This record gives sequence, C-alpha cells and structure tokens, in this order.
Amino acid sequence: MVRFDGVSMRYGRAPEVLRDVTFDLAPGSFHFLTGASGAGKSSLLSLIYLAQRPSRGLIDLFGRSVAGARRNELPFLRRRIGVVFQEMRLLEHLSAFDNVALPLRIAGRKPEGYRTDVAELLTWVGLGERMHAMPATLSGGERQRLAIARAVVARPDVLLADEPTGNVDQAMALRIMRLFVELNRLGTTVLIATHDEDLVARSGRPVLHLEQGRLAKAGPTPIEPPSAYAAEAPPPEETAP
Amino acid sequence: MTTPAFDTARWKPAALLPREDARDGALTFVVAVLCFIACLAGMTALSADRAAQGWRAQLTGSATVLVRPKGDETPDAAAARAAETLAGVRGVTQAAALEKAKAEALLEPWLGRDGLLDDLPVPRLVTLDLDPKAPPSADDLAKALKTAGIDATVDDHSLWMKDIARAGRMAGLAALGVAALVGAAAAAAIAFATRAGLAARRDIVEVLHLSGAEDRFIAGLFQARFARLAATAGLFGALGAVIIGAAVRALGGADGLTPALPVSWLDLLAPIPCPLIAAIVAALAARSAAMSLLRGMN
Repeated sequence: MVRFDGVSMRYGRAPEVLRDVTFDLAPGSFHFLTGASGAGKSSLLSLIYLAQRPSRGLIDLFGRSVAGARRNELPFLRRRIGVVFQEMRLLEHLSAFDNVALPLRIAGRKPEGYRTDVAELLTWVGLGERMHAMPATLSGGERQRLAIARAVVARPDVLLADEPTGNVDQAMALRIMRLFVELNRLGTTVLIATHDEDLVARSGRPVLHLEQGRLAKAGPTPIEPPSAYAAEAPPPEETAP
Repeated sequence: MTTPAFDTARWKPAALLPREDARDGALTFVVAVLCFIACLAGMTALSADRAAQGWRAQLTGSATVLVRPKGDETPDAAAARAAETLAGVRGVTQAAALEKAKAEALLEPWLGRDGLLDDLPVPRLVTLDLDPKAPPSADDLAKALKTAGIDATVDDHSLWMKDIARAGRMAGLAALGVAALVGAAAAAAIAFATRAGLAARRDIVEVLHLSGAEDRFIAGLFQARFARLAATAGLFGALGAVIIGAAVRALGGADGLTPALPVSWLDLLAPIPCPLIAAIVAALAARSAAMSLLRGMN
C-alpha cells in the first residue's frame, strides 16, 4: 500500500530531515509512528500525502511509483489518503458541516449523496449539535474531532494522523482510537504519528520509530488487531457511520 | 442559549473561498475606472471614425476650378463659360462661377482690403457641387474643360482627402490602442490581485490541494470570483461612460461638444459588451495566474 525504499528528504538546501528510510505498510495494516520532536515524523507523513517530494529514494503508493506519476494523476492519489494534520488546517470560513463535506465536494459527489453521511459522522464524533458552528467557536477538542471527521469522511484507503489525540482528554482519545480501529477493520491502512507512549503501549500495534531522521525500528503487523480500545473506550452514544 | 437545529436537507454547499475580502472593494474600483476609460476610448474611436467619414463626404461632394482667361475673354466670361461647361458633366449637380467680389474676399485675409489693385489679375473660381455617390473624377472635369478650350485647374480635394482619411484612421486606431492598453492594464491588475489572493489564501489553497482538488478546480474558484468582480466593475465603468456620452450628446447635439468628435445616440450602445469582455479578460488572467502558482506546488 505504502512503500518507502531508501527515501531521504530535505527542505531546500537544509540538511536532510529523513535519511535512507525504508518500510512497507501492507494493505489494512495499523502502525504508529513515534519519535522525538524534530525526528522527522511530520516530514515522513508529508511525503505520503504528497505534499513533499523525496530528495532521494523511491516511494510507491497503491502499487505505483509516485515519481512516475503525472501531475494530473496526483490529485486522484491524494483523494485516497485521509490526513489529520497536527495543526488541523480547518477552513475557518466554512461551518463544521462544510469542512467535513469538503473532500466529498472535491471528489465531485452531489450534496444529496453525502448529506446524511456527513451528518452521521459529525454526530458520531460528538459534534451533532455543532454542525452549523464555525471552527473558531469550537474548543480544541472539538476542532480535533472535526479534523478527524474530515479526514475519514471519504473512507480513504490510507489514513494518516499527526498527533490526533493531542488536544483531547483521555476518554475522547480512546474514542478517536476506536474510530481509527473501526476504519482499519474496514480495510483502511492507518499510520498515526504520536508522542503518546501510553497510547502506543496499550495498542500493541507495530511501531515505526524515527531517530534523527532514520528509521530505528519497524515492528511486524499483527494478524489479529488487539481490542484494547474496544474494551476500554466508552461505547459511542450515537450510531457509527 | 439553545443551538438552532441544523437542517441537513436544506444545507447548501458554502463558497469555498471567503466571500469578502478587504482588497475586493479597491480592485473593483480600479477595474471600474479602467473599464470606464476603455469605454470612453471606444466611443471616441467611433466618433473619430464618424468625423472622418463626414469630412470625406463633404470633400467628395465638392470641387473647385481655377479659371484663367484666354485672349480677349474677360475673367468673368471665362468663369461663366467654365461653369456652363461643367454643369453638363455627369455627376455635377451644381456649378457656379464666383464673382470678382467673392474671389477678392477670399484673398482679403492675405492681401488686406487695400492691397487689391484693380489691375491685379485675380483668378476666377468655379465651385462645383458633386453627387457624393457618383462624383466625377478630376480627370473627367479637366477633359470637359479642355474640350471646351478653357484653361483651368481642377482641385477635387483629393490631396486633402488622403490626409483626412489618414487622420481619421489614426485617431480611431489611437483610441482603440488606448482601449487595448487599458484592457491589458485591467488584466495585469487582476492577475496581480489573483496572485495576492492566492498568497493570502494559501492556507485554503493548500487544504484544497492536499484534499485532492485538481489545479483547474482551484484555479476555477479564483477565475469565477474575479470574473464576477470584473463583470460588476465593468458594469459600473460602462454605466459611467454611457452617462458621460449621453451628457455630451444631450448638451452638444449631433456634433457633441466639438464637431471634431460628433456623438450619436447609437455610440452609447458601444459599452454594452464591456462587462462581458471584462469578465472574460479577468477570468483568463486569474486562471493563468492561479495555474502558474499552483504548478509551483508539489
């Protein structure tokens, strides 16, 4: 699904922030990406969601080389990737509902076809009463959930999340993780960058650990995903999407 | 305070670019002024063309013959004979010999009232009114005079005609050049505004880009926005030009404020396409600027 082969990356003429990174995310796998601040986690994710290009090495997405893809093919690759940005990147002039509907609009779907899906997803992430709210009026946790809803609404093949639980309490963090696990069960490949060692430890999921731009270890993908989140998280109050 | 219920069935997708921008008012004003100038230039081109056509028609419809008496024939008799001869030429509607007093009056500005001596051989002139649709050529007139044995020079104003035609063409081209230049300035202003808009909205553009929006989709947002803005500005600019044109026509009549630039009520229709042209120019400029900037992104 996602394959890095000897990938390095630098910003402009600055020193490389990623060096000789090689890994393979199998379809339907669930990985954590860990490392200290500045280790290169966000840069690695930006290479996968095609915001940056590697300075060296090869990246394959969905079985095809990114380097060989034409520019007009890249948007269609991006549509298969959901991203929860660390800074969330919500569109402040759009309501919560419009923010979540954005990827579906871009994909050319008609409003009649996704109104219900968007409303259900917002309800599921606990924003059912705030659909009309503008992002500036939402709390940090609500904004985080909104960003996650936008990332998953199009049922992406790959979900990337950069510190998705950084602004929420533990109960909500567990609930968000349940959503990720649920998506993973449905076949979405998930990669979550986080500092939350407790979250990683409890998950039992394989870890890609970066140290100063180098991949220190890559654990195996378990055949049966553990059910830690399902067991510990409070049950959702609303219907899951 | 209770939150109003969100009715998804009535939800309509919001505009992906913020509706209001502090720069929009200033840009609308600039484009409106440019459209106003372009419309005035276009109307001036029409007036210049009409003036040139009028001058040409006046010159085509008349000719002057300078008659030199031969032998014992008096100048007045020679002029009368020339007028009689020319009156029979096809295309001549009227031929009249200018009396001595009128001929002297023509020379008075140069020689003064006291400068004309009785024995000064003042040439006699014959003025001709010609059929503007089928005027005889200078050669036809000269041939008729020669056949009648009259020594004369025909001036059909062809020398002036060329100059006037050229002057009319130049005035029209200059006005169209100004209109084109102003159009280019409007396009440049809009391209600049698009670039500024893209830079100011880079956060939005990046989210759209990373969410899988194609370049043409994003460029289309800016294209539509600036096309609407330019159409509005074009409407105001055209309206301003029409008001000025109407005032000139109403105050000055068919001659406008000066006979050199006569204004017709029909000229006031010229600015009608302005909003559409402004929108097309703005759309092309915005699209080109946006695509150029988007190509710089990964």
